[in-house]
Amino acid sequence: MIIKTVISIIAYLILAPIVGGLLAGLDRKFSAKMQRRVGPPVLQPFYDVFKLFEKEDQTVTKVQDFYVLIFVVFVIVSGAIFFGGGDMLLVIFTLTLASAFLIIAAYSSNSPYAEIGAERELLQMMAYEPMVLMTVIGFYMCCGSFAVKDVLAGTSMPFLPMIGLFIGFLFILTIKFRKSPFDLSMSHHAHQELVKGLTTEFSGKTLGWIEVSHWYENVFLLGFVFLFFANGTVWGTVIGVVVALLTYFFEVVIDNSFARMKWQFAFKSAWIVALVFGVINIFVLYVII
Amino acid sequence: MSYIAKSPWVIHYDGSSCNGCDIEVLACLTPMYDVERFGIINTGNPKHADVFLLTGAVNEQNKDVIKQIYEQMPEPKVVVAVGICACSGGVFKDCYNILGGSDTVVPVDVYVPGCAARPEAIIDGVVKGLGVLQEKRDKMAKGGNK
Repeated sequence: MIIKTVISIIAYLILAPIVGGLLAGLDRKFSAKMQRRVGPPVLQPFYDVFKLFEKEDQTVTKVQDFYVLIFVVFVIVSGAIFFGGGDMLLVIFTLTLASAFLIIAAYSSNSPYAEIGAERELLQMMAYEPMVLMTVIGFYMCCGSFAVKDVLAGTSMPFLPMIGLFIGFLFILTIKFRKSPFDLSMSHHAHQELVKGLTTEFSGKTLGWIEVSHWYENVFLLGFVFLFFANGTVWGTVIGVVVALLTYFFEVVIDNSFARMKWQFAFKSAWIVALVFGVINIFVLYVII
Repeated sequence: MSYIAKSPWVIHYDGSSCNGCDIEVLACLTPMYDVERFGIINTGNPKHADVFLLTGAVNEQNKDVIKQIYEQMPEPKVVVAVGICACSGGVFKDCYNILGGSDTVVPVDVYVPGCAARPEAIIDGVVKGLGVLQEKRDKMAKGGNK
C-alpha cells in the first residue's frame, strides 16, 4: 500500500508538469483554431518556460523569490497529498496556503500593479473557496470519508448524487484555470492589461516556476473532476479521464467565447452558484443518505 | 541548444511617430499574420520581454522612458528599430525636439526600414533579431556578457 502511494506520488511529480504543459499547448493551439489562426507549436509552453529559466535573474526584492518558492512547494505538496490518496480537506487547505504565499509575493514587490493583482487574486480566492469546500463535504457525505483513496475505492459513482456540486465545481474551475470571464489577476491573454498584474514584478526563473506550478495545479484540479466518476472499475476510470479532458477543453471554449467580467460579477455569481447548486445538493445528499 | 529563439516575447514602444508603424506592429498580431506561430507574444511588461520593438523617432521627452524600458528588460535582449523614423529620425530628423533615431539612446541590433514598415518586414526583422538574441545568449552562457 505504501509502495503504491509512493509510486503514484512520484508519477504525479514527474508526469503532472508534462501533462499540464501539453494541455496548455493544446489550449493555445485550440484557441488559435477558434480564431482561424495557425497558432504556436503544441510544445510552445515548454519553450516559454525553458526560455524563462535561461533569462537573467532580475528580482526586485529577494524575499519575493522566497515566497514564490514556498508557493511552488505547497502547490506541489497539495497535489502530492491528493495523488497519494490523502485527505481532501488537507489538500484544499494546503492549496489555499500556497495561493496566500503567491499573494504575499506579489504584495512584497511594492509595485502598484502587482498590488492590484494581489487584491484581485484575494477576491478570486474568496469567490471560489466556498464551492471547493462544499464539493469536498459532498464527497464526504457520499463516500463517508475525506480520503481520496476511500473515494476511489467506493463502489458507486459519486457523479449522479453530486451533480449540482459538479456543476458548481465546473463554474469555479474557470476561476482556478484563470480563464475568461474570470481571469482577473493572472490572465493568459491580455498581456498589456491590469489583469496580468499579479506577475508584473516576476521575471525569468520566478515567472517560469509560477507557470510550472500552474500546470501542477491544473492537473490535480482535473483529478478532482476525475474523482466524481471514480467507482473502482475500469469504466469509471475511463469515463473519469475522458470527462476530465473534456472539462479542460470546455473551459477553453468558455475562455474564447466570453468577455472578461468585473470582479463584482465574478464574486457574486460564484457565491450564488455555490449557494444554489452547492447548498441544495448537500441538503439533498443529507436527506437521501 | 537554447530556447530563447523559440519564444521571443516582444514589448512595443512608440516614440514620436505618425502611428503608422505602430499600427503595422499590431497588424502582425492579427490572425492574418499571426506571429504567435513563432511563439511571439506581445507583452506589456519589460520584465517579461526579450525583444524591444521601437517605432518612431526619439524626442527629449521620451528618451528617459525608452532608456528605462531597455534597462528593465532582463538579459539577453535585442532592440529592433521599426520604420525609418526609428532608424534615423526620418522626416522628423531636423525638428527641434527630435534627437534622431532610437540608436541615439539605446543600442539597436536590427533596423527595419520602411514608411510605414510592412508587417512582413517587421516579422522578418524580429526573426533576424532572434539570431542576435541567440548570439547574446551563447555569450551569456559562457559568462562573457552580463
